[in-house]
Formats: sequence, C-alpha cells, structure tokens
Amino acid sequence: MNRIALCFLLIAACLGAAAQDQTTIVISGTSKYRLAVPNFNGAAAAPSDVQRTFNEVLWNDLFQSAVVTMVGRSLYTAPTPGSEAEINNPATRTAWAAAPNSIQRLVFGNLQANNGSLLVDAYLYDVTQPAGQGRLMGKRYADPATAAGARAIAHQVANDVVQALGFGPGIATSQIAFISNRSGSQEVWTMDYDGANQQQRTHLHSIAYSPRISPDGQTLAFMSSASGSPQIRLLSLLSNKLLPFPKFKGNLTESPAWSPDGKKLAFASNMDGSNVEIYTINANGTGLRRLTVSRGVAIDNLSPAWNPKGSTIAFVSNRLGQPQIFVMGDDGSNPKRVSQGGYAVSPSWSPNGLLLAYAWVRSGGENDGAFDVYYLNLATQQYQQMTHNGERNDFPSWAPDNRHLVFQSGPSYHTQLFTVAADGSAPAQLTTQGNNEMPNWSWH
Amino acid sequence: MSTQKFALVACLGLAFGIAGCGHKNMPLPTPPAAENTTTNAATAPTITLSADPTAIEAGSQATLVWKSTNAVRVELNGAPVNLNGTQAVNPAQSTDYQIVARSADGQTANAAARITVTQPAAPAVTPAPTSNDVGGSFPDTVRDAFFDYDKSDIRPDAEPALQTDAQYFKAHPDVKVLIEGHCDDRGSAEYNLALGDRRAAAVKNYLVSQGVDPNRIQTVSVGKEKPFCTSDSDDCRQQNRRGHFSQAPSGGE
Repeated sequence: MNRIALCFLLIAACLGAAAQDQTTIVISGTSKYRLAVPNFNGAAAAPSDVQRTFNEVLWNDLFQSAVVTMVGRSLYTAPTPGSEAEINNPATRTAWAAAPNSIQRLVFGNLQANNGSLLVDAYLYDVTQPAGQGRLMGKRYADPATAAGARAIAHQVANDVVQALGFGPGIATSQIAFISNRSGSQEVWTMDYDGANQQQRTHLHSIAYSPRISPDGQTLAFMSSASGSPQIRLLSLLSNKLLPFPKFKGNLTESPAWSPDGKKLAFASNMDGSNVEIYTINANGTGLRRLTVSRGVAIDNLSPAWNPKGSTIAFVSNRLGQPQIFVMGDDGSNPKRVSQGGYAVSPSWSPNGLLLAYAWVRSGGENDGAFDVYYLNLATQQYQQMTHNGERNDFPSWAPDNRHLVFQSGPSYHTQLFTVAADGSAPAQLTTQGNNEMPNWSWH
Repeated sequence: MSTQKFALVACLGLAFGIAGCGHKNMPLPTPPAAENTTTNAATAPTITLSADPTAIEAGSQATLVWKSTNAVRVELNGAPVNLNGTQAVNPAQSTDYQIVARSADGQTANAAARITVTQPAAPAVTPAPTSNDVGGSFPDTVRDAFFDYDKSDIRPDAEPALQTDAQYFKAHPDVKVLIEGHCDDRGSAEYNLALGDRRAAAVKNYLVSQGVDPNRIQTVSVGKEKPFCTSDSDDCRQQNRRGHFSQAPSGGE
C-alpha cells in the first residue's frame, strides 16, 4: 500500500477552486461518488494470504483511480454482502445508502479456491437505487490461487469497476518503465503501476536513460552508452533480448519517442554536425528523416514527445537561450514555442493529446535547480503546477487514463518515483531503493 | 696593519743596528726598507693556493690549502696566516681568495683560488606549467578545463591549462586521448548529456586549434552521471562542470 502523503502535493480543494484549469477529464474532489469496498467474502476456503492480497490490492486500485471518494473499511456499519441476493435485501441496501455510511456505489463479492484456482465473483451496485435495481457490474474471474493470481484479479476487477462507473479504462494493469541504479549501474527496470513487481530488464553496466514503452507494450526503446557513446537501443519486453537498431555517427544519440502507431521513433542526435537535431526513423531502422535544422552554434534539440492523437511532436530546444518546450509538425514544420520562459524540459503528452506535462524552473533557470512538474492545456494556454516541494521534480509521464502522472522527485542522485492524480489526489511513492528516475507509463 | 709593519721594520732595523754599534750611542732605527722592486731569484718566495672543492652549495664548507717557500710572512686575503697551512671556509657566495707571500728581502709572490657557490635546488613542487614543461606523466601534467553553468565556451582562465595540455600531446604523439564532458547536477539529465557533449567538443576543438591531431582525440559525454564530488556547494558544482582528460587505450574502438 503506497499512500505516503507528500507535503509537496496540491491540496485538492485548491484545485477545486481553480476551475479555469479543469478539462473534461479531470474530476474535482467534490463530485466523486462515495464508494465502499468491503473485504470480499472468503469463507469458501481461499487461503488467507490470497484473500489479504486480493482485498488490499483492490482497495488500493480503487483509491488510486482517483475517480471515487473511498470510504474507509473501518467505518462500515452495514452488513457485508457476499452475493447479489444479499444486496437485494432491502434492509441491507438501505443500511449502505443511508447515513452514517451514505454510500453511493458498492463493490462486493466473494472468493473461492478450487483445485488451485482462485474464483472471484465481483459486483458493482448503485446502492442509491431501490433493492432489485442498480446493478452496474457482475463478473466472474479466475486465476491461480496464489498471491500473484489474487493481485491480477484484483487489478482486473478495479479496471472493470472504473469502466462501469463511466470513467473509461482504468490503469490497474498498466506498467511503468524507469531507470534505477540500485543494482550498481543505471539499468532499465519495469514495475506495475502501483510499484509492485519491480524487475531489472537490462544488464549493460553503463549510463542508461529514457526508457520508452512502445504502444503495443512489446518493445522498449532507451538510450545506452554501453557501446562507448550514447545510442538508442531496443529491448524486447517479451524475450528480454536487445533487438537490432542502427547506431548513428556523431557521439550523442538519445531520447527516443514512439509514434502512436508504433511504427516510428523520434530521437535526438548530433550525427550531422555539432548541433543536436531531431530525427525520425522506422522502428526497423529504415527511412531516417531529419526534422530540425538549427542555425547557430551550441544548439540542442532533444527530448521529443509524439502527440498520441495528432501529427505533432513536442521537443526541447535551447535555440532561444535556456531550454524551452516547442511543438512542430511530425514532418518538422512550423516549430512554435509553447513554454513560458525559465528552463523547461521533459515534455509528455496526455493520451488525449490535449495536455502537455513538463518540468519547469519558472524564473531564471538554475540556482538550486528546483524543478516542478506542470501540465499545460495547449488550447487555453493555462498551466497547472503539480509539485511545490522545492525538490528536483522531473520527467513527468502521463498515465493511459489521462488522469495520472508519474514523475521523479528528490535530491540529486537520490530521486524516487511518485504517482499522483492530475487533481492532486491519491499521491503514492513507488520506489525507495537506490536512485530511481525517468519513469515512462505504458500506453495501456 | 701599519703597526705590524712598523714592528717588522723595527725588528729589521734593530737587527741591523745590533750588528754595527756599541752600547754608548743607540743609533736611530734605520728607516723602513722600501717595497721591494728588485727580483732576486735565489731568495724569491713562492706560494701556491688551492681550494678543495672549488665549487660548493651555499651552506657547505671548502678547504683552502697553501704552501710557501722563502717566505717570512704570508697573508691570506690580507690576514697573516701560517707560512704553510689550511683553512676551512664557508662562503655564502662565490669568492676569490688571494694569498701573498713575502720573503726576507721583501719580494712577494701571489696566488689565487676561487670557490664557486651555487644555490641549492628548489624543493620538489610542481612548477607552474610553461610551454616547455612537457616531460611529466599524463596524470601529473594534463589538466582539465572548467566551465560556467549551462555553458560550453572555453573560459579564458582555462586556456593556460589547455595550452600546456596541447604542448604535452604534441610532445607525446603516441598518446591517445579521451575527453569526457561532465555537468553538475542541476540541469535535466537529457539536456545535460548534450551539454556535456558540447563541452568535450569545445575542449577538443581548442586542442586542435593548438595543433593537436584530431584523430588522436575521442570525446564522450557522461552528463551528470560521474560526478567528482556530490556535496551541495557551488565549489563542488564547479568541480563537476568540466572537460576531463584520460588516456585512451591505443587502437581499437
């Protein structure tokens, strides 16, 4: 359970007042359903560690979803149903819907173990409806009767609840790739979105940056200096083997980004001279194309991010002095600055293509290097500050639900990864060991 | 001195006086004999003077040695000494020594010796680099170049070190060089990697402008990933903003 409250996160009420920044996808705290999820009925011989894992993970997933207001299990005074018959008992129904519980949505069900399989029946009811009505979801799930199986089912239940509540796909089965040095060198790691199952994926013993999961989730692009200087590498997430990819002239190639159809990569390289420019290439290494042409010296264009919904690419450029965020066509046309001064880096598009998250030092650009994470609504030009802790917050990455960000925060060489909902709710710390940085949220 | 001369002359005069008179009237002493201007080989004095050693370091000692013949008086740098003798001396600087021998009939002979005094060698500190100082080892001689925040320009105060480095590389044509570009921790990592690369390239370009063959020099950026120090101070951050030299393995990739 990762619910360490972090003092740097916005107070949700503050955001509730800042209505001008609301988009259709951000839920303000005052209008969320009050949801209860009692422990599932486990009388039918599900092992206790399996039950405990299931109940904890389901709770955390629903809490992290940030689309409901969770009512704590210790507050429940109504009887816990295990079946639909029970929730259709009018007295039970009323007990949940009325004060003091005042529940609007109820998730409940039961767990059974059968021949090494875990069977879960899960239901979602609108308990403000009279008994006999309000069924929003009822499903059976099966997986091995292990903690891992319980975890997987809980994630699926949570996603189905979020969907059934009307908020689209949930993030409970999504992944986050990141860089960690806890093994002694910077390597690519992956983990579940909630910080579980952290696994080392590379063993290259060199500088590694910028992991990017492909849209189909099967390949991971990243930068490694293992060949002597920074180059782009591809890792198969299915076989764990490095895939072929060209190495480029010059001695700096970095910051890969996938096109939304997964067929191309954008990246930065100084292969054509001393300035660093943005290129695109097919994922199979053919069709190299240069997008930026910089006049002047000591110009760096890097950190491209491909808009998931359109044909534009955001990137970082210091062509005007300090690094700023620009957006151009994915053919290199019409680059325009979108950030507002200071030192702005690390752009990340929301999946709906409307919001651009980035790391920003608003005034000057150096001093103590205190970056904060912001996101910018490109249509309204309004930006929202997500962190206020005076630490180094960087590399935000949007979750596939358009509602969450993962980012790194902390003092240099001791950063950790955190997630937070875009309205400031459900902060969570995902890592504690070593230096963890440059997170990237999967596309699904 | 004149008193001694008078005494010497008086003795001589007395010697002459005793030989020629009785006790009734003491004759006036004979006026002092004039300085000898005639040479009489049979009675001429000789003198030799040598120094051992003839060259010393300041603070050390040498010995003067002299021998005379037919001398009744010997003076070393004006001071009477034994007719034959040695003397230890420890001059602070180079000194010429004169010795004079005088015979009974007033003839003189001279000799000279010189002791050269050298100052001791300076203590073994690394001297300030000069364009001729290219004899040392790579790590002792080759200096890194430091940069301002978010900059890859070669600062004026980095140029003397780079000029020495260029001289070193030209004097050691077999040495291959790797320049690593480093950054402090404050910027963002991807941007810093590019900044480090520009720093390494700027250092290489400077060396090439000083005549070093570019084919001997590789550059690579390590961004902020290999700091030289990690404390939270401006001094430490300056230490980390650098182009760092190391000797690359010869041959191969």
